[in-house]
Amino acid sequence: MKGFMAIYRKELADHFSSYRFLILFALIAMVSLITAYLAGMNMAKALEGRIKPTTVFLSLFTAAGAGFSLVQFVTFFGPLLGLLLGFDAINRERNEGTLSKLLSQPIYRDAVINAKFAAAATMIALMLAAIILVITGLGLVILGVVPDAEALGRILVYFVISVVYIALWLAVAILLSILLRSVATSALAALALWIFFSFFISIGANAVANSLTADAPPDDPAAIVKRARIENAISILSPMVLYTNATATIVDPSRKTTRNVIRVGVMEQLSMARYSGPLPLDQSLLVVLPNIVFLICLTVICFAVSYLVFMRQEIRSL
Amino acid sequence: MAQKPIIEAKQLTKVYNGRPAVDRLDLAVYEGEIFGFLGPNGAGKTTTLLMMLGLTEPTGGSVRVMGLDPARHPLEVKARIGYLQENMGFYRDLTGRQSLAYIAELNGLDRQTAEERIREALEAVAMTAAADRKIVTYSRGMRQRLGIAEVLIKKPKIAFLDEPTLGLDPEATNRMMELIRDLCRRHNMTVVLSSHFLHQIQKICRRVGIMIDGRLVAQGPIEQLARERLGVGDRTYSLEEIYMHYFQEH
Repeated sequence: MKGFMAIYRKELADHFSSYRFLILFALIAMVSLITAYLAGMNMAKALEGRIKPTTVFLSLFTAAGAGFSLVQFVTFFGPLLGLLLGFDAINRERNEGTLSKLLSQPIYRDAVINAKFAAAATMIALMLAAIILVITGLGLVILGVVPDAEALGRILVYFVISVVYIALWLAVAILLSILLRSVATSALAALALWIFFSFFISIGANAVANSLTADAPPDDPAAIVKRARIENAISILSPMVLYTNATATIVDPSRKTTRNVIRVGVMEQLSMARYSGPLPLDQSLLVVLPNIVFLICLTVICFAVSYLVFMRQEIRSL
Repeated sequence: MAQKPIIEAKQLTKVYNGRPAVDRLDLAVYEGEIFGFLGPNGAGKTTTLLMMLGLTEPTGGSVRVMGLDPARHPLEVKARIGYLQENMGFYRDLTGRQSLAYIAELNGLDRQTAEERIREALEAVAMTAAADRKIVTYSRGMRQRLGIAEVLIKKPKIAFLDEPTLGLDPEATNRMMELIRDLCRRHNMTVVLSSHFLHQIQKICRRVGIMIDGRLVAQGPIEQLARERLGVGDRTYSLEEIYMHYFQEH
């Protein structure tokens, strides 16, 4: 890969020295610290004088501290991080006339886009790793619990899924920066896409499901199941839903499924209560594997599209 | 001319959206010369240069740079050609030296060679004193000279200088042209120079090509064009007269 390392190093240096990154990192570090601290204090109080459950360490990530948990925070604002790191990747260089200078050097054209993606993905991984380590450290101090190998494994899986999730939005942002000439337009388009896919899809899914089952009586079990199926099928298009599903059983071992179970009868309730012990990690992984695979696929496809578009663009339009 | 051309285009054509930007162009540039590439804006000069660099694929015809096809061996060709583009952009938050170091790294130079060449290039364009200031503080002339330094750092066999004097004041234009002539002699570089300052072109180029509406309407030594077109043998003539003559004809 001729030129890859040179561009990768330059991009990393740019990210590290940019105010954008400093502000983002300060914000995220602050929110996660406060959240984890409050969640930890609440838990420590609640668990005083009791035997600590085996999964207590992971609850640091899922327990609501200041109104929301850390996992929810990453779910909502992680995409923003990816968008902010990528929305001007190509069009800024194009506008400033440095892109054709870069391409007239003896490097492969794909080195530019690969290195930019890799550098931003590295930043994402660094930021997430820093946050997770800070929370882990805080947990050790506040709760006095040392995470076991399984908890560490779960955190590692969670970390990888989260990086992929944020990298998906990074790939979207880079694609927009290739397609749109103006930096402001690509930033707005990225935000619009994020809002649409994160929030409106779930609302839309609900509306579509309701209208499709409108003629069924409200308490008809078949209609309820059908409605839930339609809703699930549509909302899987939203990366946020995918990510929430993918991490659900990973960070919360007592969950058995990604779905909100429709409890129809007494027998179902009984069977749920009976098997309430936590799942082992490999079983948790199995439950959400389709979601993880789909998420990875989306990220790869999105990057592949931007790669192809970038490789085929005429230089005069650069 | 018995010499073999270092750049040779045959029937080179580029079509953009159904309109030919470069139309069946035949061009030869010989080693060690400064070739004046003239023509109005939008005549297809830059497109021709991009095809020679391998940054754009020709629609038809062929081009050879040192015997290589730029479309098939872009890296080899780009390693041998220094390209100063029109309205060249810079990473404004870098210093001149950092910018040169980045170019050196992209060209795969090791650290020691890079440092040496950066020092040489900065000296050649008289930018050593300003090398550690951020590019955002540079004047237009300084940026253009830094652009030349970025070309020099590759130690190219060929340099494409697309409007290197655009937006410079007359004094800076003169100095830039002298610098180009000087560098060309010292490093035995072949230069394809595009500019609207015909007076200066006439001073430093022996051969020119005139491009109008995608077609190369004239190519050859200036005095030959003058003899053929203006019918002057002994009277003094200017390149401007020749240029205007062709321009009105087409």
